[in-house]
Amino acid sequence: MNKYLTAYYLDEEDLLKGLKKIMSKGVEVSDVLTPFPVHGLDKVLGLRRSRLSVVAFAGGAIGATLGFLFQAWVFTRAYPINFGGKPYFAVPSFMPVTFELAVLFAAFSMVFAFLISNNLGPGSKNIIHDEQITDDRFLLVVKMDEENEERIKVVENILSDAGAQGITLKA
Amino acid sequence: MEKLTFKLTKKTITVFVVMIAIGLIALLYGVFGGPGPERVAANLLLNNYYFLSLGLIGLFFVTVHAISESAWHTSVGRIGEAMAAFIPVGGALILLFFVLGGLHAVFEWTHEDHLDAILLKKTPYLNEPFFYIRSVLFIGVWAVMAHYIRKVSLQVDHNGDIKYFNRLRTLSAVFIVFYALSSVVTSWDWLMSIDAHWFSTLYGWYVFSSMLASGVAMIIIVLYILKRMGYMEHVNVEHLHDLGKYLFGFSIFWAYLWYSQYMLIWYANIPEETVYFYERHKNFEGIFYVNLILGFLIPFFALMTRKSKRTFSVLIPVSVIVIIAHWVDLYLLIMPGAVGGEKSGIGLLEVGLTIGFIGLFLLVTFWTLTKAPLASKKHPLYKESLDYHTNY
Repeated sequence: MNKYLTAYYLDEEDLLKGLKKIMSKGVEVSDVLTPFPVHGLDKVLGLRRSRLSVVAFAGGAIGATLGFLFQAWVFTRAYPINFGGKPYFAVPSFMPVTFELAVLFAAFSMVFAFLISNNLGPGSKNIIHDEQITDDRFLLVVKMDEENEERIKVVENILSDAGAQGITLKA
Repeated sequence: MEKLTFKLTKKTITVFVVMIAIGLIALLYGVFGGPGPERVAANLLLNNYYFLSLGLIGLFFVTVHAISESAWHTSVGRIGEAMAAFIPVGGALILLFFVLGGLHAVFEWTHEDHLDAILLKKTPYLNEPFFYIRSVLFIGVWAVMAHYIRKVSLQVDHNGDIKYFNRLRTLSAVFIVFYALSSVVTSWDWLMSIDAHWFSTLYGWYVFSSMLASGVAMIIIVLYILKRMGYMEHVNVEHLHDLGKYLFGFSIFWAYLWYSQYMLIWYANIPEETVYFYERHKNFEGIFYVNLILGFLIPFFALMTRKSKRTFSVLIPVSVIVIIAHWVDLYLLIMPGAVGGEKSGIGLLEVGLTIGFIGLFLLVTFWTLTKAPLASKKHPLYKESLDYHTNY
């Protein structure tokens, strides 16, 4: 069974300094929860760049292709109508719909990819470690093995040495 | 030790002078040996307009960031100011071109003896005295404002007093309002009135967006040349990223306006409007699509990722492509009306003359860069500019 060791800072500068200290001692910080984006935090945690833009491009490309092909099929095969003497396969008039579908698919793919990769959305269960992370606390979370009590003690000491407050162990 | 004062080496000057010489030779070839006076006049107008607009976009770049008080641009602001130094040169050249017969060679409405009913109705606006009044007024105000904005900007650097910073902001606001109106009117006068029967309400914005994209591309290229020479060390990858975003965004903006204009005319299918694109489809079909590929598709896909906007090895080829694309764009705006499908083409005259103008433009720009430190160290936002950090 896993337990979570949490501790918080009240200032983002202290958080960054403390995190560097903690991570240099070999503690794997599993998450940091902050009330606002902290500059340089992703570098300290060694996070990779988000791949959301790749998803957005793929979604947009699929949307554009589908939108274009669908119109081409409708206006040339399924239900050809002559609009003011224009050709049936009239590319300029397909552009607005193609563009809109590209934007729509890109947006939806981004939203759903974000929800899935962050385990959010309806039906997902997430632990709330500290209610004040939306207010003034910069919380860091370390995942711990329940049986390894020695390690928990060691990590607790490292955290308090680095100036973190309110160290608690929760299920 | 950071090199702050730019020095033009003799080698660089020689390169630019040789480019200007090539341009002059091409001009002589055009006048005496080659393709006819109409084509020479149309090409002179094209290049004059293009490089005058690049100078104006340099000033626009400086002023628009001065009123938005953005910090990052202070690191590259000098390049915009230096490009603005071409405004009096380019303005004088274009006026000279009109006076020395270019006006009659290019603009059909100046031949007052054979105007048809439509053009006669437009004579209250399209007549020579009023045309000259407008041209002289706009060029004069641009040149004077460029001079004062540069002067105040140097005072900000020299003195560091907040008074000059605020004065620069006020001057910038005045310039932007004036430029917003005058850029539209000059594009009607100098470009749209070539096809005097035709009109488009979007035209001014369309031309402006075209010049905006190529102006940013020119700033990136000048920055690259300076970096290669070992200057501009304070400009880091974050500033480059922002310039790349501009190039990406303005290319899309240009395509958006291109499409907005084309789509409405194509869909409405009114003969007096479609005649404009009919001519371009019939006689300029290849270059019509080349323009879209170079101006939109290549920058759009090449600059999409974050990494490509942060590396010169991608940005420089794309900038060159964008500059070519908007040259082609102006070619499509001018040539069909001024020269016609049969006589026009891209040959020695076009290429040589453009090289000449690039040489002149870069000579003026780099010569102006030697006049002031490359970094505006006492600018109130300079420090913030160095700490600037962009994520997306």
